[in-house]
Amino acid sequence: MPDLLIELFSEEIPARMQTRAADDLKKLVTDGLVEAGLTYAGAAAFSTPRRLALSLDGLSAESKATREERKGPKVGAPDKAIEGFLRGAGVTRDALEIRDDKKGQVYFAVIEKPGRLAADIIAEVLDNTIRNFPWPKSMRWGDAPLKWVRPLHSIICILSDEGGAQVVPLDIDGISAGNTTRGHRFLAPDAFSVNGFDDYEAKLKRANVILRADERAELIWHDATNQAFALGLEVVEDRGLLAEVAGLVEWPVVLLGQIADDFLGLPPEVLQTSMKEHQKFFSVRNPKTGRIERFVTVANMVTADNGATILAGNQKVLFARLADAKFFWENDLRVAKAGMEPWLEGLSNVTFHNKLGSQKDRIERIAALAREIAPAVGADPDLAEQAARVAKADLSSEMVYEFPELQGLMGRYYATEAGLDASVAAACQEHYSPLGPSDDVPTAPLSVAVALADKVDTLTGFWAIDEKPTGSKDPFALRRAALGVIRLVLENGNKVPLTAAIDGHGQQRFSMVGIPLHKDRSLTETISANAFDLLSFFHDRLKVFLKDKGIRHDIIDACIAMPGNDDLTLLVKRAEALAETLATDDGENLIQGFKRANNILTQAEEKDGVEYSYGADIKFAEDDAEKALFAALDAADAKIAPAMAAEDFSTAMAAMAAIRPAVDAFFTDVQVNADSQVLRRNRLNLLSRIRNLCLSVADLTKIEG
Amino acid sequence: MADKPRSFQDIILRLQTYWASKGCAILQPYDMEVGAGTFHPATTLRALGSKAWAAAYVQPSRRPTDGRYGENPNRLQHYYQYQVLIKPSPPDLQELYLGSLKAIGVDASLHDIRFVEDDWESPTLGAWGLGWEVWCDGMEVSQFTYFQQVGGYDCKPVSGELTYGLERLAMYILGVDHVMDMPFNDPDAPNPLTYRDVFKQTEEEYARWNFDVADTDILLQHFKDAEAECQRILEQPAQDPKTGKRIIMAHPAYDQCIKASHLFNLLDARGVISVTERQAYIGRVRALAKQCADAFMQTGAAGAAA
Repeated sequence: MPDLLIELFSEEIPARMQTRAADDLKKLVTDGLVEAGLTYAGAAAFSTPRRLALSLDGLSAESKATREERKGPKVGAPDKAIEGFLRGAGVTRDALEIRDDKKGQVYFAVIEKPGRLAADIIAEVLDNTIRNFPWPKSMRWGDAPLKWVRPLHSIICILSDEGGAQVVPLDIDGISAGNTTRGHRFLAPDAFSVNGFDDYEAKLKRANVILRADERAELIWHDATNQAFALGLEVVEDRGLLAEVAGLVEWPVVLLGQIADDFLGLPPEVLQTSMKEHQKFFSVRNPKTGRIERFVTVANMVTADNGATILAGNQKVLFARLADAKFFWENDLRVAKAGMEPWLEGLSNVTFHNKLGSQKDRIERIAALAREIAPAVGADPDLAEQAARVAKADLSSEMVYEFPELQGLMGRYYATEAGLDASVAAACQEHYSPLGPSDDVPTAPLSVAVALADKVDTLTGFWAIDEKPTGSKDPFALRRAALGVIRLVLENGNKVPLTAAIDGHGQQRFSMVGIPLHKDRSLTETISANAFDLLSFFHDRLKVFLKDKGIRHDIIDACIAMPGNDDLTLLVKRAEALAETLATDDGENLIQGFKRANNILTQAEEKDGVEYSYGADIKFAEDDAEKALFAALDAADAKIAPAMAAEDFSTAMAAMAAIRPAVDAFFTDVQVNADSQVLRRNRLNLLSRIRNLCLSVADLTKIEG
Repeated sequence: MADKPRSFQDIILRLQTYWASKGCAILQPYDMEVGAGTFHPATTLRALGSKAWAAAYVQPSRRPTDGRYGENPNRLQHYYQYQVLIKPSPPDLQELYLGSLKAIGVDASLHDIRFVEDDWESPTLGAWGLGWEVWCDGMEVSQFTYFQQVGGYDCKPVSGELTYGLERLAMYILGVDHVMDMPFNDPDAPNPLTYRDVFKQTEEEYARWNFDVADTDILLQHFKDAEAECQRILEQPAQDPKTGKRIIMAHPAYDQCIKASHLFNLLDARGVISVTERQAYIGRVRALAKQCADAFMQTGAAGAAA
């Protein structure tokens, strides 16, 4: 059983693509080999900035010969049918056999594939893999037609067993597979040959290349934390950065550097962002003060001066970067302390969307909406409006222009400097949240009000101009915005009637800021026309959200069909209670009883052309089961109505489930379609009471099963 | 030549000598205002078509919005780029590039030189490529790009482009913290000159003009004129009625495109272009660049049959 080693050696592969590329290499090659009839015991893929590698062990030496018989069309079938069969089977017409079948003579194709040597299969599969590799972006170079992420220089492709290693013959547009590679670009640039994976990894290490990305990352983290610890400091953890840096070096050398005193007064997030984004530095924090005082950079080089020149260079670059950051910070502070007015004015020149006006227009809308929503989430309307007005001011600041990822956070700093209430400053930062399904949801009422207003305005606006998400396309992240609204409302347990927010008041908000009218109908009408559609979108997102929490979609549908469905908290409470009830024996059986009642009624109503909706009278009840059902319904009605009024769905649904024995007994003992029309009508009207009672809690017709 | 360069011009001269020794035609700067060395027709137009090419040159470049009256240690509205374009890109282009760093005194055994992903795109030229920023000890010292498309055309063959920001690179090599302190000629010359002596005053003058004085109405008119002239040139029949020769005027048209691009930059510095208008202006320049590329593709320099 031979082992296979593949290395694709190229110019520097972007760090962010390496891990995925190693996985893709493994998948494409192993899938291809298996499809061609080879088997293998194990596979592992690796990446460095300059190479992708794949090691397979226990590969079969050749594929087995196969023989397959395929039955085709009848003799005398139309030529088209026969040709199609030939194409599918991959044989020629003279290779067909004619055999007797039950219904006459039939063509048979015998497809025989001889076994193939592993090397032949590998050459084919690797050629195919390289030519069709799923790089996010690939390129051509020189005058070759080949595409790769950056120019591809050499290929190792060797099969090895006890007898030694053999190169798999392969040539891709002039690049021939061999058994040689190179080490570190500067430390060990010469070519060397390898005879298998273990040899490859060991020789690479001697040539200053650590093949495994996780080993590089571990080494970086270990050295960085050790060096920081020696100074009584700690490295700020950043897994994304660690993975990226491990993809930028083949031979990591950790260097700890100084941050000049001038910059220690900058907000720690600014230091951290500037160092990370521009320089890929880790931040090193003093655990006592929480300040960031040093940095860690990872070089790809061992030097005679132990990195002194490299560190000095990096410190110089950082100095210039932080001088910029400090310049921005100080300029921004001046504007912030004076009340941020120029920033707010500046936002009138920033287009939010060409059909939805400027950022300033948008702020006007959000401010109006935040004020409306405020009471429902327990926030002060005046403060909510104020917070909404300043929440996006930092978009005009120099710091956010330079580091867009600091939006919100800088807003908080600047609002604080402007002397605004701490809750307003917090809203500046928190109103963007939650950004994703795992992001924290703000709980401060003011932040919730502005966050809701921001997202609802986005949704209303894009719905109005018909830029809804379709399929996988959601360029304005509207699904995320809707999920944000859902989580904000549910996790804070707020009662926010969405229809009012997106419809009636939406019209005023948009006309207030003079959004231009559409050709034939005004945007405001569009908003109204779309309000129902947008509410359905919320409900769809809610279903996805609740499905993850284990609530079935039909249960949610049964609750969406009820009034007040734009109050998501109420809707979910109802759905949870219904799910709970349906999980009980009574609940599950009541559904059957309800369906039976509903079916009989519907049929009778269709047949008779009348509605049996009123007037069941106990005085016409003959049977005990019938009388018991009247009593059970009366008892349930008495409990359900007040419970529903109090939105106590559990009690209401328990009361509903409690009529199950009476319903079951009724169907067992009583014949609804009695000969006497009086009795029949009375019983149908009684069934109608069951239906109405159930439907007053949830639309049980939507429940499946 | 001493082991380490001692002045700004020494670095330029070494680059010239190095790339000349590697077979590049050493061209002179293009005689028009451009934002970057890429705009030189020796890059933009020569990256198009099938003919082999190898050129290197210094290109004075202007970015009006970057003016800081000569006070910022790193920012200038007028600076120099060193540009190398080789078509088809040779397989050892990275090695050639590292050789150029060695020639200007960067000892790779002492420094940390890295190729960090950087995809290049020029919306005004309708061009893009893949490559890296080259970092030396954490500082970006060059851009390294394999051109994939220019003026909307696939580059076949692909050109390799190297761009060095000369001031920043020289400051690092010479150990200077403020650009104005950098020796321009040999510090031991009878008349030693710093970058300040040569450019401080002009930085002030241009910063004032760029930001506050340039007449925006005139600039706008010039923009429209350049745009119109570019199109008029390209509308001429290929056959010259006077000589009877086939003369497609791709270069004169492209000059107008360069003009329009620079005028747009000036208007931008004057702060009269709104965010929404920006895209429209860039689109207008790109449309010109594409038409110039169309014209160039029909010429002998692009390998078209005469």
